[in-house]
Amino acid sequence: MKLLFRKILTSPVVTEPGAPPPDPGVELLGSAIHDEVRKRFGRSLHIREVDPGSCNGCELEIGGLNGPYYDLERFGLQFVASPRHADCLLVTGPVTRNMADPLKRTYDATPDPKIVIAVGDCAKDCGIFAGGYGVVGPVSAVIPVDVVVSGCPPSPRSILAAILRALQARSPEPAH
Amino acid sequence: MLRCFTASLIFFAGGACGALVFARDDSLCRKVTHGLALGGTVLILIVGVAGLQGQPLDLLLPGILPAGGGLALGLDRLSAFFLLIIAVGAIPSTFYAIGYTRHYKGKQSGLGFMLNIFIPAMMLVAMSRNVLTFLVFWEAMSLTSYFLVMTDSDQAETCGAGWLYLVMTHGGLACLVVGFLAMSQAAGSFTMSDWVHAGAGPDARVRNLAFVTMAAGFLSKAGAIPFHIWLPRAHPAAPSHVSAMMSGVMIKLGIYGLIRIGFGWLGQGPGWWGVLILAVGAVSALLGVLYALIDSDLKRLLAYSSVENIGIILLGVGAGLLFRSYGLGALAALALVAALYHCLNHAAFKGLLFLGAGSVLHATGTRNMEAMGGLLRRMPQTGAYFLVGSLAITAMPPFNGFISEWLTFQSLLLSFRVQAQFFNLVFALCIAALALTAGLSAACFVRAFGIAFLALPRGEAVESAHESHWTMLTSMGFLAAACLTLGIAPALVLRPLSSTVNDFIGERPDLAFNWSGIAASNGFAAIDPFWVAMILSLLMLAVWIGLHAMRANFGRRYYETWGCGRAVQTAAFEYTAAAFANPFRRVFAFLYRSVEETEIEAHPESRFFVKTITYRHQSRTIIEDSVYAPIGAVVRRLAAKARTVQSGNVHSYLLYILLALLTLLLFAR
Amino acid sequence: MLRIAVTIVQWLVAVVGAPLLVGVIRKVKARLQGRRGAGVWQPYANLRKLLVKEVVISENTSWVFRLTPYVVIGTMLLAACIVPVLTTAGALQMLDNIILLMYVFLLGTFFLALAGLDAGSSFGGMGSSREMAIAALAEPTIMIAIFAIALRAGSTGLNEMIRRSVTDPLLLLNPGHLLAFFSLFIVAIAETGRLPVDNPATHLELTMIHEAMILEYSGRYLALIEWASAIKLFLFLTLLGNVFFPWGIAVTLQPSAIAIGIVTLPIKMGVLAVSLAVLETGLAKLRLFRVPELLSGSFMLALLAVVSFFFLR
Repeated sequence: MKLLFRKILTSPVVTEPGAPPPDPGVELLGSAIHDEVRKRFGRSLHIREVDPGSCNGCELEIGGLNGPYYDLERFGLQFVASPRHADCLLVTGPVTRNMADPLKRTYDATPDPKIVIAVGDCAKDCGIFAGGYGVVGPVSAVIPVDVVVSGCPPSPRSILAAILRALQARSPEPAH
Repeated sequence: MLRCFTASLIFFAGGACGALVFARDDSLCRKVTHGLALGGTVLILIVGVAGLQGQPLDLLLPGILPAGGGLALGLDRLSAFFLLIIAVGAIPSTFYAIGYTRHYKGKQSGLGFMLNIFIPAMMLVAMSRNVLTFLVFWEAMSLTSYFLVMTDSDQAETCGAGWLYLVMTHGGLACLVVGFLAMSQAAGSFTMSDWVHAGAGPDARVRNLAFVTMAAGFLSKAGAIPFHIWLPRAHPAAPSHVSAMMSGVMIKLGIYGLIRIGFGWLGQGPGWWGVLILAVGAVSALLGVLYALIDSDLKRLLAYSSVENIGIILLGVGAGLLFRSYGLGALAALALVAALYHCLNHAAFKGLLFLGAGSVLHATGTRNMEAMGGLLRRMPQTGAYFLVGSLAITAMPPFNGFISEWLTFQSLLLSFRVQAQFFNLVFALCIAALALTAGLSAACFVRAFGIAFLALPRGEAVESAHESHWTMLTSMGFLAAACLTLGIAPALVLRPLSSTVNDFIGERPDLAFNWSGIAASNGFAAIDPFWVAMILSLLMLAVWIGLHAMRANFGRRYYETWGCGRAVQTAAFEYTAAAFANPFRRVFAFLYRSVEETEIEAHPESRFFVKTITYRHQSRTIIEDSVYAPIGAVVRRLAAKARTVQSGNVHSYLLYILLALLTLLLFAR
Repeated sequence: MLRIAVTIVQWLVAVVGAPLLVGVIRKVKARLQGRRGAGVWQPYANLRKLLVKEVVISENTSWVFRLTPYVVIGTMLLAACIVPVLTTAGALQMLDNIILLMYVFLLGTFFLALAGLDAGSSFGGMGSSREMAIAALAEPTIMIAIFAIALRAGSTGLNEMIRRSVTDPLLLLNPGHLLAFFSLFIVAIAETGRLPVDNPATHLELTMIHEAMILEYSGRYLALIEWASAIKLFLFLTLLGNVFFPWGIAVTLQPSAIAIGIVTLPIKMGVLAVSLAVLETGLAKLRLFRVPELLSGSFMLALLAVVSFFFLR
């Protein structure tokens, strides 16, 4: 405990200041997100992560968002435990046959208004898994997608940029 | 007054005769007997209310029971209060029975006959003024309730329960007889009120002996631990309206007796009387609720919960005894008020819960909670009433259980005025026991209501469940209303109760109240339950209006339960009653000493595919293992020895007769 | 008139200020973890957002599930009427009783546990069962600690308890007082679902207690429940701060006294919030079946507080 607190007291705050710039790898399917949604969510977005068949590469990068360096909490973003609490589904990987139904159910279990972000090349167009016998298709084949982030895997920075773009908080600069 | 009382007895006599006359016609018999019993009980209510207002009633019929000084009946405020409890429990129960006993084919006559003796016997116990009268009615009450328990005597379980009840109740009676005779002998009078006169009574040894034996007798009727073992068997076996009356009313007469001996008949006792009752109360409250918590038979759960509530009442009585022996009369009166209030409340909410359990049993045919679930949708009214009962019994404001438990807490907290460190610690432990009991009983009734009434049905029996007969619903509605009324208007009870206690022990309780507020011991504690209820409901309403004012999204969509996206949602995914109780079973493992068995049957092709999993657990109760099992073993061994005497040989029987005659002649010489 | 105004103000402070307290604790925790963390006003943004969301309800539920959020928030708003936040001279003296307060909290827990069972999900049932276990085991500690305080104050009214101790200079030298404080602090942690008893930020259903019960809630219902649990945390900390360190709370209705009360409250709450955050950063969650040991430890502390009163009087 003593060691822990010494460590805590000697470490600086490592979070990057400011907001990440928009990443070129982010495609915003602009019309899909209503201005209404953006306006209403304000500075609070709760995210449920769904993995219907990813290789876990994207999960590692998403995990990076929780760490002190990217610290997504400072933008009012938060991962939650239940789709009932979520405003946003972060879907990774191609949709496999067994996971297509759970993904659909998760989508239905999330209260409206909600956004869906497909993270990674696999989620966008099945990537290298395209045409595989166990693959149903990209995320958009199962549920409507609002934002797509390309990259294999996309960097935490671009994922963060995608979420922020999708949100586009009422205040132009998301940092405080 | 006397006319009312006589009329009530005539009603019951009519009901009993009606049961015999109309024995052939089930439907008519049902309506006549229960209708007349209801009429008689309403008259009991009137007598009770009149008695509480101070109208006395004294009746001595020397012609009946001449050996014991005649049949002596009387009505003071304390007796009247117990008549009120009898009425609160019995009025809805008899009305409920009109609908509930529709399916007791061919048993109407016996049921109605016994019921019409049982209720007046309870009334007369509370009014008895000499030893023989008391014992006669006490025995009548015990025997008729035994026959009522035995209604379903074609089932082995019922016979076992009835037998145990008979043994326990007669063990208790034996204790009572010893105590009564010891005191009558020493004081030279069969009239209880003559036993102790202004300090001059039998010496302390006799009084202590009488207190211990009579307390044992009364506690065995009240179902306090360690005499509780008949309750969890007899209550589930009896028809539900009978369970409601036995649990809500009859066991209170044990408390009545205890209060009579502790504060009246035996005079003022030493401090350890109080400590004894406190200890029994604390243990009963805690163990009672702990056993209720793990039981999955709905009615047995309620029976154990009665043990718990008797424990809470005993804490009040014991505190009163201890305060009195320390000369703190006003506090003793306060504790007694708390205990008596809880007696009345328990009659209301336990009656309600047993009637609710009866409706569930009637609708589903099972008492096993593991087979229930989702009943709230099929039996909305019964479910709502059961919820009210659960809230009341767990002492949630603004229901009635809260008031009496709050008063009990306050009287225990005020114990710091007793100037003796040992007793202060005893009280601190009792407070802890009562607090733990309160928490555990909340868990117990979350489980009872949640598993039985919420979520999806766990068995087929529930699918076809239906709402109950209107008489049953009305009775439950009456009790639910009583739970709420007694909770928000405590003055209704406290006013007559403080004069009752004042009459009885000659001290006013340390309590001030107006139409809605209560204050204990001059600023030590004060609440206003009416305003609690009002403010709570206003705030809830304000939140609802506020949400509208803030233009909250009132959209609502029904979808399946979140199960991590799994394809099917069945009742098998629900938490079971056993699972809910599991944390408690682990924390209190030393008490339950449960034996768990898990059997997993795998698919023949591969052991990784499980076909069925069976989980069984059995808990044993310490008291039964360590007290009753050895006694039972000894009795059995003695019985085996005695069998050699019963040889079946006529010659040896003749020899026995001869020996008996010789012995008699020797002694009679 | 002034009395009513002050009462309303202190109620509003508790009810409206509660999410801020949660925000502050999260901010301090983030800083201790080397993060910037969300702003202290973040909980308000979350609540506001939840209000615009629709509600998704399980098909298996009954009206109990829909009634529960209102009961839960109702009980907490009622509790906020009972606890003296700024002054002990509020207008609602008829609610002023600490045992009533505990039962009001228990009523909220009771309904939340029922709602946990209502959807028929195994997570909800698990949460209810654990929550009730912890609530039940915390109850004796609460009552014995109350007994310890009531012994000293000669009252179970909260206002009276505070009034009696506000002028006592030797307060912190009284062993019973400190023991009672520590036992109630442990109980407050257990009751409000903080580390090391429950992790409010967990995502693992199997480790959840409080969160597991509310997994099914969404939209405005969730907002009400989150708000209620923020109020509960606020009230427990206020209770600890004002009963055990009563300095600064207004005993009269003089404007100066109330002003001091308004100034000291944030200081006390800040200290308690920071210590809670430090504690949560330093401690790992206990295994579920170690929690009873923690609670029985706190019970012993409370009992010692009572014993010390009787042997030192």
